[in-house]
Formats: sequence, structure tokens, C-alpha cells
Amino acid sequence: MEEEHGHGNKYGMVIDLDKCTGCGTCMVACAAENNLSVRPDESDKQHSITWMSLYKISNGKKFPDTEYSYFPRPCMHCNHHTPCVSVCPATATKIDFNTGIVSQIYARCIGCRYCMAACPYHARSFNWWDGYFPKGKGLERYLSPEVSPRMRGVVEKCSFCHHRLMRAKTKAYTENRRELEENEYITACAEACPVQAITFGDLNNPEHKVSKLAKSPYAFRLLERLGTEPKVYYLSTKDWVRKFADNYLPGEFKPVTSPKG
Amino acid sequence: MDSELIPGGVKRCSTRTFFLWTLPWIALLTWGLVSAFLCLWKGLNQTNMSNYFAFALWIVFDLSVIALGAGAFFTGFLTYIIGLKELKNIINATVIIGFICYSGAVAMLGIDIGQPIRGWFIFWHVNVHSMLAEVSFCITCYLGVLTIEYLPLILENRQADKIPALHLFSHNLHHIMAIFAATGTFLSFFHQGSLGGMYGVMYARPFAFREGFYVWPSTFFLFILSAIAAGPSFTILCTKLAEKITRKRLVPENAFQTLAKISGWLLSTYIVLKIIDTICWVYGVVPRAGLTFMDFYKEGPYGVWLLVLEIIIFGVIPAIILMTPSARKSEGWLITGCLMNCTGIVLNRFIFTIVSLAIPVMPFDKFVSYLPTWQEWGVSLALIGYGVLIFSLSYRYLPVFPKERELNPVT
Repeated sequence: MEEEHGHGNKYGMVIDLDKCTGCGTCMVACAAENNLSVRPDESDKQHSITWMSLYKISNGKKFPDTEYSYFPRPCMHCNHHTPCVSVCPATATKIDFNTGIVSQIYARCIGCRYCMAACPYHARSFNWWDGYFPKGKGLERYLSPEVSPRMRGVVEKCSFCHHRLMRAKTKAYTENRRELEENEYITACAEACPVQAITFGDLNNPEHKVSKLAKSPYAFRLLERLGTEPKVYYLSTKDWVRKFADNYLPGEFKPVTSPKG
Repeated sequence: MDSELIPGGVKRCSTRTFFLWTLPWIALLTWGLVSAFLCLWKGLNQTNMSNYFAFALWIVFDLSVIALGAGAFFTGFLTYIIGLKELKNIINATVIIGFICYSGAVAMLGIDIGQPIRGWFIFWHVNVHSMLAEVSFCITCYLGVLTIEYLPLILENRQADKIPALHLFSHNLHHIMAIFAATGTFLSFFHQGSLGGMYGVMYARPFAFREGFYVWPSTFFLFILSAIAAGPSFTILCTKLAEKITRKRLVPENAFQTLAKISGWLLSTYIVLKIIDTICWVYGVVPRAGLTFMDFYKEGPYGVWLLVLEIIIFGVIPAIILMTPSARKSEGWLITGCLMNCTGIVLNRFIFTIVSLAIPVMPFDKFVSYLPTWQEWGVSLALIGYGVLIFSLSYRYLPVFPKERELNPVT
């Protein structure tokens, strides 16, 4: 069903968890950039819409050994037999083999939510209500004309700020270029992160920082052993953090004790 | 008042009694219609489904009624293709039950999707790799087949039958019914399987994921088998219930016995394969995902008891009851066996739908619970109200049971 990426781009992300402070700027930047609808009461997280979620984890040890870390979780843009793409009955979610980006076609989504059931990362949110952007509070002025707002009854998710790719490509074409420079296209979360924990770029391009970071011995992916092949990598020098990224049977987890390079 | 519409030679209750009988079911249906209207008007925020529970009570009901309604195609297959003549006495009832189950399920799915007006996109923008696309194709086509199978029965109404054109049409439909039975069997095998496939292909959800043969996970075959095992049992239950309520014998005992025997043997085959499948899952999928068997049975109320209940209590026991000739000949045991069989299949659909989604996959994710709202219950239970009304109307005005006159001579 799915062809390989070949020589095209494969956009991906590396998130350095040792740098992440859990400030949530990535979430806010993502929401503002992508016209995420809000609710009068946002405390119900099972019904709210977040393309970039933040999970807080702890090593479970008592003071003074207590440590915390944060997992920013965008859509993983899975590469292999993408769980959501393969199940969608109406082809409303697709993977672009020229970019590796998994898109969601809002105007085609019928709202069956099978993709949500198939995604183990909870990266997909459903519009349980009509889009809501409170007037008089300035939010409507932030609406981006580049991103279509979503209607009630459809699923939405992180698009790796696909409109930014379109913008960068348009600019490159007008300058008679066919290839984008590194950092010419980055996501809103990567741009906004105050500690530069998020690196974005082409995983297929060995010159891009992201592809070098992804090869780090400290790099890992969420639920890697399920075989979804996410394009979002994480970095952490802490074994207990890396262990949290997947399920392991006793004795299976191999700590990174002497990394090379 | 409506005596002209009632089939000749049979006795029916008075119009007033019939009207009173329909009232609670109309109330149930009204509750469902109000709930459905709210969901269509205000959106699915009327439910307690969430980003965690993308599938919930409605999908459990949908899958259950589609499995229980499998009696229609399977009895049709046994009657017209295999040629079990005694089942001709119960085939009409199975067609009506099938029609109720499938039309109800399609209606529920129409409310369950977030954009009902776009339902046809499944056909227009179809993703042929999606199990849900196959389910949608097959249940829509099969509902058409069931309508065609139901039509000659409706046209046999005393007044409709007097119209020569309708009589001829109905007569000719009867002659080609084997073609529709075969079509229905083909379509049903695939969508029952695809419903199981829907869960089995979710390879990123280790609780539901199953390996299988080529593109079909094992759940594909298990769902077919469990549906054809439970369908006949559900037909027996509905018909026995109709007999109790009408205080008449409607179907000769040999039809019940044939269905019960087939149901029992299919259930036993299913349970053996289900046990093998569970063992393969425990030693294959589960450790490969870095998990142990008990990791799936420690969250919330979902313990190992669920598996014991599904396989042993509502699987092995009803299989033994229905396979044992002396047991199934006793009405009490027959009904108990059928009821347990159907409960087991509903439980299986519940586990695949709710428990699959309730169990977190990411190690740092948390278990969340779900309780349906009154609107969700309303839409679900309306299916029962709708079913009883359709069956009651059919029984009153149509010659559903060919042997009724012979078994209950009007003096």
C-alpha cells in the first residue's frame, strides 16, 4: 500500500527532553498558529483540542532524588503503514511521500474517529463542539488566514505546520530555487521554544541538524517497538526517561552507559 | 378495526390490546429519537465519548446487533443453499430480525459519525485498505438484500396480496430468493469479518492487534464464526419470546433444535479457536510490544475475570448446553444456552471496543473511565423499541410463521 520515501524529503523533529522545561510555549504557539478552537472551560482535557500535548513524568523517587521530565507530544507522523492513514475509510488522512507529512483533510473527514482509535499516541482530537473563538477578547484577531478552521464533527491533528512549508516553497520558487534551505521551514513549536529543545528539518538530508541528532545514541522514539516508525525523535541522557518511552519486559531495557560520539 | 389486514385463519389480540402493547416501545423509540435529534442538532458533545473513547456504547451496540442479526444470512444460507427444509418455518422471522438489526445499526452509525451528511464520502473517497470501508459497503448492500428478502413477506399481507401485480411480483421474488440468500451470505461473511478486522489491524493497540492470514487478522475469522454461532441463538430467543408473549407455538420444535445444534457446534469451534488465538496473542503480540498478559488486566475494573466470563462462562458452558441433545430439548436449558451464547458475543464486542480503547499504550498515559449519557442510552435502547415494534407489526399483519395456522387451529 505504502511506497517508501525514496529521495524525497522526510520532515521530522527531534525534541531534547533534557532541555525541555515544560513551560508549554510550544503548545501555545501551536494553538495560535493553527487556529485551535477553545472552550469556555478548558479544564476537561479529554474533550479539548491540543495538537501539541505535554506529559509530565517522574522517576518516582523520593526527595532528594526526585526528577521530573516532560514529553511534548505532537503527531508522530508515523512512517510505516501509518496506523491512522491505513484505517480511514474516506481517505481523509494521507501521508505525503514527498514530505513524510501525515495530513488531515477536514472537508473530507466524516468524523467516524477510527483514526483516533488506531492512534496509540492520542495525537488526534475530535471537534466535539463548533469552533469557538471568543469575540471581544482579541482571539479572533489572531486567526491565521493560512490555516482553515475546523468544523464540528471532524478530527484534527498536528500538521507539522504544513502551511509554513507551502509558504517556504512559494518563496523558494519565486527565487527560482527548488530546494529549501535548512531552517527555511520549521514548525511553530520549534520556532517558539525558548530553550531550543525542538529541532526541525529533513531527516533524509544528512546535512540537516535534525538528521544528525536523530542518530545520537541518546535518541529514541515513542513506542518504537510497535513499528509505527515515528518521525518525531526524543533525546535524553537519562535512562529512566528513555525507559518511559516504551514498554519493556524485565531485563529488556538497555541503558545507554557509554555512548559513542 | 384492523381485522381486514390480519392474515386469514390466525388469531390476533384486539386492536386496543395491541395498541397498549406498543405504547412502552413507542416511548422507548421516542426517547431515542429525542436523543438522536439532540446529537444531530447540537453535536456529539451530547455524549460522553471523548478523545480517549473515540468508540463507545453505540459501537458496542452496533457490533452486537450486527452479530446477533447474523441469524438472517446464516439461516438463509442453511435454508436456501444447504437445503435444510425445516428452517423454512423460521426463515421469515430471521429475515425480520436481520432487517431490524441492520437497519437499526445503519441508523445508529448515521448518528455516531460527526458529519452525517458526509456519510457517502466513504463510497466516494473510499480507502480500499480500510476495514471500515468494507464494513460500510457490505452492510449497506446487505441492508438492500434484506429489504428485498423482507419485501415478499410484506406483499403477502392479505390486502396487498389481492392486487394481482403485487401478488405476481411477490411470487416471482420468492422464486429467486436463493440468489439473494447467496448474495447476503457473501456480503455478510465479509462484513462480519471486517468488523473483527477493524480491531485486529490496529497494530499500534496491542490489546486489539492480532496476526493472521495475509491481510486478514485472526479477528476477521473469529468475528464471522462468533456471529454465525450467536445469530441462530438470537433467532431462537426472539421466536421463543414471541411464543411466550402470544401464548402460541409458532415454529415446529425441529427448527429450533436444528438451529440450536448448529449454534452449539459453531460456538464450540469458535471457543476452541478463540482460546488458541488468545494463547498466540499472549505469547506473540503481547511480549513483542514489551508487555505481559497481566499488563492488560490491571486497569480499572477490567481484570482477568473478563476473559474467564467471556470464554468459560459465556462460551464453553453455552456450547456444552447447546451441543447436548438432552439439554437443548429442555426449553429452559435451550433458552439459557442461547441467552448465554448471545451474552458472550456482546461481551466480546464490548471488550474489543471499550477495553481496547481504555487500556493506555504509552507507559506514562493514564487510564480513563467512561459512562454513557442518557442520550447515548436513548439512541441505543431505541433500537430495542424499534425492533419490537417492527416485529410486532410484522407478526400481526403478515404471515410470518407458515406453520402458525397448523400449530394453532382456530376453533
